[in-house]
Amino acid sequence: MRSATAEPANTGNPVMRVLRKIRLPLDDPFAVVGLLIYAVFFLVAIFADQLATHDPLEILFDKDYQLAADLRPLEDGFVLGTTSLGRDIYSQLIYGSRSALLIGLTAAFMVAVIGTVVGLLSGYFGGWIDILLMRAADIAFGIPFLPFVIVLAAFLEPSIWNVVLAMALILWRDTGRVIRSQVLTLRTRAYIDAARVSGSSDLKIVFRHIAPNILPLSFLYGSIAIGWAILTEAAISFLGFGDPETISWGYMLQDAYASQALSQGGYYWFVPPGICIVLVVVAGFFISRGYEEILFPKLKE
Amino acid sequence: MLWAVATILFLMFRLMPSNPLAAYIDPTFTVEQQAALMAKFGLDRPLWEQYFIYLWNLLQGELGDSFFYRQPVGTRVLELLPNTLILTFSSLIIAYTFGIIVGAWLAWKRDTFAERAAIPLVLTTRALPEFWLGMLLLALFSFTLGWFPAGGTRSPGSEYASYFALYTSRDFLSHLVLPAMTLAIYSQGLPLLLMRSNMLEVMNEDFVTMARIKGLSSWTVVVRHAARNALLPVMTSFAIAVGYQIQGNVVVETVFSWPGLGRELVNAVSASDYPLAQGAFLMIAVVVVLMNLLADLLYTLLDPRISHA
Repeated sequence: MRSATAEPANTGNPVMRVLRKIRLPLDDPFAVVGLLIYAVFFLVAIFADQLATHDPLEILFDKDYQLAADLRPLEDGFVLGTTSLGRDIYSQLIYGSRSALLIGLTAAFMVAVIGTVVGLLSGYFGGWIDILLMRAADIAFGIPFLPFVIVLAAFLEPSIWNVVLAMALILWRDTGRVIRSQVLTLRTRAYIDAARVSGSSDLKIVFRHIAPNILPLSFLYGSIAIGWAILTEAAISFLGFGDPETISWGYMLQDAYASQALSQGGYYWFVPPGICIVLVVVAGFFISRGYEEILFPKLKE
Repeated sequence: MLWAVATILFLMFRLMPSNPLAAYIDPTFTVEQQAALMAKFGLDRPLWEQYFIYLWNLLQGELGDSFFYRQPVGTRVLELLPNTLILTFSSLIIAYTFGIIVGAWLAWKRDTFAERAAIPLVLTTRALPEFWLGMLLLALFSFTLGWFPAGGTRSPGSEYASYFALYTSRDFLSHLVLPAMTLAIYSQGLPLLLMRSNMLEVMNEDFVTMARIKGLSSWTVVVRHAARNALLPVMTSFAIAVGYQIQGNVVVETVFSWPGLGRELVNAVSASDYPLAQGAFLMIAVVVVLMNLLADLLYTLLDPRISHA
């Protein structure tokens, strides 16, 4: 398996070294599709101001000063029609990509970082640190995730960050366990002994010699966590515990559901946000599959 | 385990900024009446004392009274549990039957067009927001086509002699179809992918090659020899799936107004009905923990080569 960044070894630059260790899975066609989907949504999120035709929360009126509500797609120049409150669906969809990516990436970052640190410490040091951290993971496995987010979101101020907080508090458990077992096998390798004999401190061994080798694994779990975060945010917004000030795809679906769009056949309203969610989440899955094939090449034979 | 979850739950509900009695107290209540109420619910005592009372009550199965329904939370939660369990198990049984058969078939058809097209499709079903899938099915089959009822568990006004009569009635089952299908479509991916990868592994083992050499038909080899052995890990994943599904039910129950634990939790939290929310949460947590435990046990029981320290 060839790594993606196949440039000549650039050992001096830490950024390049990390990039090389991450090994973007560019050999796998699915992973490439996933990365392309991300690229498109990134561009949409960055240029949302230019792409959107209206303010997503503005209540719009037509030229006769009538509320522009429940318009079908392309009617009066609204690409995807309007909601029953007279808001532009297309613009909401565009701005929704911002909150989705923001939540997805921060949550994935938190989950990957916390899980990796827990796994590293637990696996390398063992002893009471290991017992303590793995007990905590057991408890985290016993807490039903979605109900936990609901309770948390209901008690705290409505904000999109609740989902990120809840994921950081609970979902490090999966990453942590897997990385711990990986560290357990790594620490018995000869080069770790060599590092120890040559006088490296524990911290240096963990972060310099072991951490780089588990980075792809962290990224594998991170790319799954992006999807999880977006799905969770959508579910929370749908249940009405989201931030009413922020446009997200979940908020759009809740709006459509609460406004009886289902019984009125308003497919143009609730189908597009769902498709966007599926695309972003599936992109994460495709990328993680690419990583799996790098990490566990046996699967491919 | 459950003790830890219960403690976290206690802290979450007690350390929250809002007054837990806000929903209960009428604005017309005098300060003395409010204080009397606080005393009645034991909220005037120090936190650690409240905590021990809470644990003691839990041990006795006492969950307190719902603010909204003014009836014991325990009764209410136990009333709703069967609805949730029926929905969970019926959807998972459909999902596992489908997933196991199709997973085995895909392993058999390895490297054909069908197999290559199926895998991304299955991954896509894993990426569907469950409630959105529910909304699509609801809009299509209930509102547009009118084949199935839109929500609830029975038609208004219908009475049944017993729970058994209710759960086997045509009415109940037609209400069950859409939510169960929603959950089944979402959860078939796990058994399907597991079964496929296990099959691929098993097919390379010596005893399968041996069966082939004996000249058995490929049907016999796949079904009698390979599939049986590939099935074990899939069955242990069932227990985990139950625990997982119970928490995921929250959104689907809400979409279909299915009176289960998940929807009750959402309603209770929205209405600041703390005892009820706490009770529903705890009940869901109990199922999750029990199922994780069961999965561990099944794992060692079905495959004696693995033993947990």
